[in-house]
Amino acid sequence: MTVTALGAAVRRKEDHRFITGKGQYTDDINRPGQAQAYFLRSPHAHATLKKIDIAKAKAMPGVVAIYTGEDVAADKVGGLICGWMIHSKDGTPMRAGPHPILAQGKVRYVGDHVAVVIAETLSQAKDAAEAIVVDYGVLPANADTSKAQKAPEVHSEAPNNTVYDWHIGDKAATEAAFKAAKHVTTLEIVNNRLVPNAMEPRAAVGEYDAGNDALTLYTTSQNPHVARLVLSAFIGIAPEHKLRVIAPDVGGGFGSKIFIYAEETVCVWAARKCGRPVKWTADRTEEFLCVAHGRDHVTHAELATDAEGKITGLRVKTIANMGAYLSTFASSVPTYLYATLLSGQYAIPNIYAEVDAVYTNTAPVDAYRGAGRPEATFVVERLVEAAAREIGMDPAAFRRRNFVTKFPHQTPVIMMYDCGDYKASLVKAMEMADVKGFGKRRREAAKRGKLRGLGYSTYIEACGIAPSQAVGSLGAGVGLWESAEVRVNPVGTVEVLTGSHSHGQGHETTFAQLVSSRLGISIDNVSIVHGDTDKVQFGMGTYGSRSGAVGMSAISKALDKIEAKAKKVASHVLEAAEADIDFKDGKFTVKGTDKSVDFGTVALNAYIAHKFNPQELEPGLKEGSFYDPTNFTFPAGCHICEIEVDQETGVATIAKWTAVDDFGNVINPMIVEGQVHGGIAQGVGQALLEGAIYNKDGQLVTASFMDYAMPRAHDLPSFDVGMTVTPCPSNPLGIKGCGEAGAIAAPAAVINALTDALGTEEVPMPATPQALWTVIQKQSRAAIAAE
Amino acid sequence: MPTVTLTVNGRSVTADVDARTLLVQMLRENLHLTGTHVGCDTSQCGACVVHVDGKAVKSCTTFAVQCQGAEVVTIEGLAQDGKLHPMQEAFREHHGLQCGFCTPGMIMAAVDIVNRKGAVDEATIREELEGNICRCTGYHNIVKAVEAGAQAMTGKAPARQAAE
Repeated sequence: MTVTALGAAVRRKEDHRFITGKGQYTDDINRPGQAQAYFLRSPHAHATLKKIDIAKAKAMPGVVAIYTGEDVAADKVGGLICGWMIHSKDGTPMRAGPHPILAQGKVRYVGDHVAVVIAETLSQAKDAAEAIVVDYGVLPANADTSKAQKAPEVHSEAPNNTVYDWHIGDKAATEAAFKAAKHVTTLEIVNNRLVPNAMEPRAAVGEYDAGNDALTLYTTSQNPHVARLVLSAFIGIAPEHKLRVIAPDVGGGFGSKIFIYAEETVCVWAARKCGRPVKWTADRTEEFLCVAHGRDHVTHAELATDAEGKITGLRVKTIANMGAYLSTFASSVPTYLYATLLSGQYAIPNIYAEVDAVYTNTAPVDAYRGAGRPEATFVVERLVEAAAREIGMDPAAFRRRNFVTKFPHQTPVIMMYDCGDYKASLVKAMEMADVKGFGKRRREAAKRGKLRGLGYSTYIEACGIAPSQAVGSLGAGVGLWESAEVRVNPVGTVEVLTGSHSHGQGHETTFAQLVSSRLGISIDNVSIVHGDTDKVQFGMGTYGSRSGAVGMSAISKALDKIEAKAKKVASHVLEAAEADIDFKDGKFTVKGTDKSVDFGTVALNAYIAHKFNPQELEPGLKEGSFYDPTNFTFPAGCHICEIEVDQETGVATIAKWTAVDDFGNVINPMIVEGQVHGGIAQGVGQALLEGAIYNKDGQLVTASFMDYAMPRAHDLPSFDVGMTVTPCPSNPLGIKGCGEAGAIAAPAAVINALTDALGTEEVPMPATPQALWTVIQKQSRAAIAAE
Repeated sequence: MPTVTLTVNGRSVTADVDARTLLVQMLRENLHLTGTHVGCDTSQCGACVVHVDGKAVKSCTTFAVQCQGAEVVTIEGLAQDGKLHPMQEAFREHHGLQCGFCTPGMIMAAVDIVNRKGAVDEATIREELEGNICRCTGYHNIVKAVEAGAQAMTGKAPARQAAE
């Protein structure tokens, strides 16, 4: 029997089914009698729905049913909700317009759901959708974040398209700091809109069991219990005990599968209404049009420094695009997940941030890998880099002068950093990146006609997204703990039921490692059960890099209880006092003797219950825990990007990437490094390649992989990844979380490297060859003019 | 409705299909071989790659009727007699997958790369994977896996090659 220790790079248990084609994703599920749904979507960004004529379509071959917003209203199906309340400066609650699952009276973005056609086959559903006649009253579109507050109104509930105007920090103190500053650095920043593009498009199968009046929804969800809660309590699909939500293998999420969307809701509602299982799978363009997008901020940012190069103040004004409707957690992203991280790794005494959230005629925007923290990191790390250059300090030295060095550290924007060693990760990264040799490499590149630059990003993030009381005080509509149940079988094998959800993170392996190391059993004797509301007691799901810090901590707490009870059973088996029982390496031993019994025997005895009085000790060995941490966790680190730009073509090539992250204790370094790699790729994608573009009419012109540049293998280098460790004091395992770090750190590192290479701070994201070529041309024209 | 007969993973299959049926639809819906995935509709992502007569093909842009008489191998047919293909082993050993959705197409494309080019180096692998998108791994470990899988398949260390 092999015990797998914490910290071992054990290969993943889940891989066998994926490498042999035996994974089971939602689109792989087909139910008897299933019909196919197809959504007729608005081709206009903004229009009134004057008339929808479905008569001809309904008579088309294979059509089972066609539903519109009228049917939704008649059935009193509730709208989609936004679960985080934000208040404006004047204390008024955010102004949210209704979000029906099928449009009622008006469509508000290209792709908005006009009708659903349910037919025997998808082709028949598509054919019938073409026969629906919709009379649209086209209205002017509002698709520009920076101009949204003066653009045509999207919802009458939100004057000036302003959902809220929120602020945080001490305005007067920050203004005073800027007045007294020796130097002020100012940047205008556009954080480009991104499309998450998990490789598995969203999908759903709704099924009604008339015998039991119960519904099942198979869906691509990162948090099936939250989906059930919202579908039940807010949308009114069915009471929770009559609604089962199953999220089987899920092909990536990155935040986009947290949310409760129209299509999945329609499938489960329509299944009962038409009496057939209803299936829908997004094609890629539907995914582009209707999945919740990420980022899309326009920011004015300033940094104040004194004569010694100490930061004295930071001030930002951000306009955050919410799209046409408020998605499930949209309101929290540009507020409590963004502005609370504006202190970065630095001791900044005064911070003031204002955020206006605006409606536009574009797809809803919500959390995407990092969610607010990449935007904050980009602001802080761009400001710091630019400030260092302006005052003539080395960017690394400027950072070190301003790092937080004493913990706990209270920032002016809510967060209490519990631990960290920012200098350690910076120093280690600089050594790994051979920063000392950069000058030579830059000169060598210049001989080849290439502009070479080096950029830092010393990022911090707040992960775990807990404790519940803290997030509740900030407006969250739910608690953000996690639950676990550990079931020991009579033969000593173990099932763990977790409320976390794995969609690529490898929980089946890391969670099993924890059980193996604690109970002294092989990871092959542990299975991890997740993603089914009928099996798992409850759970808040996986996002915000929380499954290690919160989800695994819940398992750890349940294991504490298992161990305590197993000791009681063992004391009866060994006929010794409970206090005299030691448990180590899978064995219960009577202290000071060689009398011992293994875990499996104790498990069996717990179930046969022959050796103890069941009035004093209950039979069985199964324990649960709902774990709520004491603080957010604060992963941090240093990424260094070295990049070369071809002056002739504007093509940027990453020459070297160094990442040193502090994630606290690490359970499986192979999986953690994999998370870092993937995060960096998404961050580099944002910096160099990706951008969701709406034209002035609100048409998404980047709605396929032909138009939206996803990072491909040849766009990226191999990454040099290292770690430093300060164990997190806020959870029993000392874990901080690793899922988002790369995406948070990378964009600033890339742009800092490019601005270094090009010698100007004005480099936009994505820094495509065309964008960089334009910058180079502008500079050479300016240089000629100066001569 | 046209009738198509082809060999899939060594088994002869015949199906009546709508003329517009794509190979991937026939595999997934008629034959229930759901290991082949659809990640886009524009031949970009490569989640649907299978082998047709020994060559990597994107089954989302191939009509089933085009494959009349062809020999098709999908991810389900790669392991032989219960033994994983060296490329499958390499993906597991080098953590070349996370969510697993792009993985079948990635492995089928990787096998094809090695069949065509032998023991490939990093630069060649990165160029050759142009038609396969992964959103999880950043390609770092996929590249390592393909390099190791290529060595296992050919018994050779990677040779420096010019990318096409």
